Amino acid sequence: MGFDVLLKGTNFARLLGGLGVAMKISMISVAISILLGVLLGSLMTRDLPVVKAVSRGYLEFVRIMPQMVLLFLVYFGTTKALGINLSAETASIIVFSLWGTAEMADLVRGALTGIPAIQYESSYALGLSTAQTYLHVILPQIVRRMLPLSINLITRMIKTTSLVMMIGIVEVLKVGQQIIEANRKASPNAAFGVYATVFLLYFVVCYPIGRLAKYLEKRWDV
Amino acid sequence: MDGAVLQSYLPRYVDAFFLTVRIGCVGIVLSLVIGIAVSFVMHFKVPVFKTIAAGYVELFRNTPLLVQLFFLYFGLPKIGLALSAESCGILGLSLLGGSYMAEGFRSGLGAVSPAQTESALALGMTKAQVFTSVILPEAFTLSVPAIVANVIFLLKETSVFSAISLMDLMFTAKDLIGLYYDTTEALFLLVGAYAVMLLPVSILGSVVEKKARFKMFGA
Repeated sequence: MGFDVLLKGTNFARLLGGLGVAMKISMISVAISILLGVLLGSLMTRDLPVVKAVSRGYLEFVRIMPQMVLLFLVYFGTTKALGINLSAETASIIVFSLWGTAEMADLVRGALTGIPAIQYESSYALGLSTAQTYLHVILPQIVRRMLPLSINLITRMIKTTSLVMMIGIVEVLKVGQQIIEANRKASPNAAFGVYATVFLLYFVVCYPIGRLAKYLEKRWDV
Repeated sequence: MDGAVLQSYLPRYVDAFFLTVRIGCVGIVLSLVIGIAVSFVMHFKVPVFKTIAAGYVELFRNTPLLVQLFFLYFGLPKIGLALSAESCGILGLSLLGGSYMAEGFRSGLGAVSPAQTESALALGMTKAQVFTSVILPEAFTLSVPAIVANVIFLLKETSVFSAISLMDLMFTAKDLIGLYYDTTEALFLLVGAYAVMLLPVSILGSVVEKKARFKMFGA
């Protein structure tokens, strides 16, 4: 079945190393996305026509463009149009951050506008300052609504990083391909075992994270 | 940007566009079928099948399409199951979409309030009537946003088909860039093609979502 090839030499460790590359890219992108997404999302709730128009265009563009197209645009497009030579890893972090920021901003905007005005009014009526209102009343509710959704974004980000092999980053799928190529003579059926293992590796990483999001969602009952 | 280059590339993009749309549409229809079947199995808690259904949904929701396609296209032939690239693309998209649709329908079915069932039963409807004329329409209405989101998601996911050498939009763009180095034109047409495909779906989706919300009872 071709699973045996993974036990030879450092093959399995290399595969895990590839997964590590994918995880690193997704974690950096998630961190940037959450930061920028919260900023953009709160900006979008203000009554600023220019911000609204620009952010709506940006969100819609990212919503309908496949991440793969965005990767090509940033990786090949910038080199040609702007003469900047980005490394594949930088390009992919830029793309995933652009995508994640759009997703996060939309979630933050939704969470913020979902809080009724009466919450703010009651807090002020009770004598809380603006800072206190946000810190003790608004923020806890936002965090509860946002946390499960942000955790879901992490799993989606990890799944999407599989695309980076298409712009030449050596991640888990590419390592798998290399292992299969290198052992073509010795184990001709390696493709089945190796790709099945990569399949399961993604599942093993994403499933627990998804469960955590579901658990938090249920526990906080949002 | 060179107009003549754009014009010479256009026919290849049109072909690729229709290939992508064709696989996308077949995949979406099949994923709706799989999704409905699986969500019924999960909703009615059919023994044994519900465990298989839950396993299937979790497995495919937690893995990327690219990996699924590699497994289907390069892995399965090694155990004697060789499928053409197009069949693999359709199968992969349907299995991925089926798991997402199943989750959407299942939460729709679960979100119909028990008071609806109780009232319908109290009015003298049979269980079958309650399901087909009360629960199903409401559950469908509740799942519309998820269906719309999934359709857009699946159409976007078609962009990985180039990895199993289907001549889709991505493949065409990559091929043309490699051949002639007119990167700007090739990428411009690529973005244009996806915009032409997905913008109408996105707009239509939000119209349908609004209509569905209008038809909701009680909420």
